[in-house]
Amino acid sequence: MNGFFIKRMPKAVIISLWSALLFLPFKGLQAAGLLFLFLFLALLVITVASRLSGPLFRTAEVIRKNAAGLIPGDSRYLLLLILPALTLPLFFRNYILDVAVLAGIYIILALALNVVVGFTGLLNLGFVAYYAIGAYSFALLNTRLGLGFWSALPLSVIITTAAGLVFAAPALRLKGDYLALVTLGFGEIVRITLNNWDSFTKGPNGISGIDPPSFFGITLAALSSFYYLVLFFVVLAVIVIRRVHASKIGRAWIALREDEIAASAMGIRSIRYKLYAVSFGAFWAGLAGCLFAAKMRFISPESFTFMESVLILSMVILGGLGSIAGVIIGAVILVALPEALRDIQMYRMLALGAGVVLLMIFRPQGLFGGSSASRS
Amino acid sequence: MLRLANIHAGYGPIKALKGIDIEINRGEIVSLIGSNGAGKSTCLMTISGILKSVSGSIMLGDTDIAGLPPHRIVQRGISQVPEGRRIFPKLTILENLQMGAFLGRGDFTTSLERIYKLFPILHERKKQSGGTLSGGEQQMLAIGRALMSNPDILLLDEPSLGLAPIMVSKIFKTIQEISSEGITILLVEQNARAALKLSHRGYVLENGCITLSGSSSDLLDNKKVQQAYLGE
Repeated sequence: MNGFFIKRMPKAVIISLWSALLFLPFKGLQAAGLLFLFLFLALLVITVASRLSGPLFRTAEVIRKNAAGLIPGDSRYLLLLILPALTLPLFFRNYILDVAVLAGIYIILALALNVVVGFTGLLNLGFVAYYAIGAYSFALLNTRLGLGFWSALPLSVIITTAAGLVFAAPALRLKGDYLALVTLGFGEIVRITLNNWDSFTKGPNGISGIDPPSFFGITLAALSSFYYLVLFFVVLAVIVIRRVHASKIGRAWIALREDEIAASAMGIRSIRYKLYAVSFGAFWAGLAGCLFAAKMRFISPESFTFMESVLILSMVILGGLGSIAGVIIGAVILVALPEALRDIQMYRMLALGAGVVLLMIFRPQGLFGGSSASRS
Repeated sequence: MLRLANIHAGYGPIKALKGIDIEINRGEIVSLIGSNGAGKSTCLMTISGILKSVSGSIMLGDTDIAGLPPHRIVQRGISQVPEGRRIFPKLTILENLQMGAFLGRGDFTTSLERIYKLFPILHERKKQSGGTLSGGEQQMLAIGRALMSNPDILLLDEPSLGLAPIMVSKIFKTIQEISSEGITILLVEQNARAALKLSHRGYVLENGCITLSGSSSDLLDNKKVQQAYLGE
């Protein structure tokens, strides 16, 4: 144990010192000193925790294995998440529920992006485009044609999926960084179009007066009922994405991510399966867009900036590329954290940045990514 | 069985193959030897359709398969073991083998049993991820994966690359076994001596052209081959 600390200490000191020095010009000596102390202690805690996490994980694994007989298959993880989620409205006030609804929407978005980036390995920096197309299709179908939630939703999801296909078909000839740049451009094009096409989208003024969803004639305007609606779609997304991930298509995606040449030598049609991934991702992003529009009842291009794409990507990376459970937790953390840090608003971006740096140093594969994810 | 006629192929302005002719008969092991950059791998990539040929024909029986996409070529019974193994490191061994059977040629269970018989180590470690295997075991997995599509023709690209001598001889023995099952083999190798000893016939590729061909024993005796490739 002692040797372990001596080995890790210099690293912790250097990281804290470096961060404090960066901070010094802005906030003075006192603040920098405090930051140094705080970071150093945080690193100590993390070091000890990572030292202890091995046995902890092993215990958890034993418990999991023994519990395996009780509830069949994958559903036990799902039940673990759903049961507390179901009772949430009974205990919490509207503010928490509001955050939970937002978290649910982001979970769907992050799961969708995870299909594209995590499973298939196609870096997408403009994923917000599909979210925006879903939200705007829904808003326009609702306010202009008067379609209700349950008819506007499938239509907008189809429109988004089609948009995903149309865009991806030419872009998928590119790889890696080039693909990322094109997707970034696509995200911006969609936002700028929405912003400038006044006659159709009402431009920067946005679209207001979107109807709340209703269910067999009952309007689901109350926050708790909307919460259950979002929860339903989150559970649906988790189940469907898990199934597809475990299917032949899912394995083809992973093979393409791991080695495209080998995958095509096996007879996997790379462009076709990448198109499946992109349109499948767009499908769920479009759905999240609909939920967002129905929740806010007002949308404007401001909600669909590049930062939004970055946020969704951060959720996927924080949780661990390719891990469904990780991505869900990543989304929850990144929605909840800014809310929790509201009191120290001035510093929250700083804290977020420091958090990302710490994550990259100590768990480059993400919180729940497989241990081998960062290698290769 | 497989006949390449006047195949030209390359990467943009770089011409890697300048009109090569290769013929492979059913049941043969044919080796293709040559130095780095001679176009050996390009030749295999062109046969598998991963690289499109510029001109020329690749006749499989009576049909020209030049220009067909890779999955059609796998469907027609040509399977490639790519250079550097290229297994899927994060998939388990079983999953790697499942990927080999992606197009569902032949019966999955039968093929799987056959691979496990050929490489018992793959059976022992079927739940381990591919990246944790040693180089030689990865090569076995790569060969096993290619065999999962029940090919008639197996294209092997440098199976001895980076392996310990004992592993090399093991892999070459396996190639012999695969051949005795009636699978036609095109073997690309830098280890010219081992390749020629194993194969029936050979071709020498230099700067994108076939400069020599003949039975393997003739090539082994050839002065030029001995000087350039056998280090004598």
